[in-house]
Amino acid sequence: MASVTQNFMKLFRGSSSGAQAETPQPAQKLTRRSSGLSELSRLWDSETPLCVLDLGSTSPANIRFFTERGHKIYSEDLLVASTEPHLITKDEQGNVVLDSRKFLADNLLYPAARFDVVLCWNLPDYLDESLVRPVMGRLWSVLKPGGMLLAFFHTKDAGPDSPCYRFHIVEKDILEMQRIVLRREARRGPTGAIHTAIADGFRLQRVFNNRHIETLFRDFASIKFFLARDNVREVLVVR
Amino acid sequence: MSAPLSADLAQIGKSVVIKGELSGSEDLYVDGQVEGSIALKNHSLTVGPNGQVKASVEAKGIVVQGKLEGNVQASDRVELRKSAVVTGDITTQRISIEEGAYLKGKVDISGKADKAAGK
Repeated sequence: MASVTQNFMKLFRGSSSGAQAETPQPAQKLTRRSSGLSELSRLWDSETPLCVLDLGSTSPANIRFFTERGHKIYSEDLLVASTEPHLITKDEQGNVVLDSRKFLADNLLYPAARFDVVLCWNLPDYLDESLVRPVMGRLWSVLKPGGMLLAFFHTKDAGPDSPCYRFHIVEKDILEMQRIVLRREARRGPTGAIHTAIADGFRLQRVFNNRHIETLFRDFASIKFFLARDNVREVLVVR
Repeated sequence: MSAPLSADLAQIGKSVVIKGELSGSEDLYVDGQVEGSIALKNHSLTVGPNGQVKASVEAKGIVVQGKLEGNVQASDRVELRKSAVVTGDITTQRISIEEGAYLKGKVDISGKADKAAGK
């Protein structure tokens, strides 16, 4: 598993380290039907207020969607949080990685809440490798037993430049996708100093195959895959 | 952007730093730094574009254009403008969030929940 993943990572990271100057495009909005969201939508009519965690960029549409139905929504943008320069450290081999302990000390802290639903969107595909497993472990612990998590994974046909999107819920099974244009990026400069730069969007870090995804969610009770036409698999897992 | 002018509006300018408990019976515009707590029961708080508030806030209406860190309780309405950066839980009856605003925390529309519970 590791070798395939690492090969993809090398491929993608290799292409992202080039000095190509891409012109930032204006935020594009597309819509797509989401089978995973449709499956979740049975919960939205619940009389009991649900506790929903949205891990994408702050979305007024999603906040409106859930609060109109009397549910509580928590919003936390983990991709942006992962670009904090103070997270950068070195592993035992001297490779630059992100410090998952620091990351989890600052994020996903919910002592007073457990969630019925976590909307992960495409987070695992764009999150730094060193954070993926620790974050999924923390998400397991903040979900209620029987709680559900929705995540999207690119297929191997997706290219390394597949854009990262924000997801806005338009209807029970329809999402509006808005391309993320800007990001903060921690970079090591020529003198070795780390500085923050603004770059064009987040880059796809890897492509998980089905077995990788099953391994990633091995602590969960069940997993369901939905195939889509746009090189994306939707995955709904139940704790 | 300049602060809205009103006879019943107190203003904290962008060079002002306040630490402690802040309470009042008039609307408040904060464009400076406030750390502690803010209580304006029947009045509104506006955090201006240069404002940096690190406090629990209780007011009738709250408009955020700058940074606010702390839990927010509004008896009427919360507005997060596009430049808003809010870290904390929001409890309110109504909320509007402009595209581009950043929120890390909970949104709890208390009016609906209370009505449902009261039925």
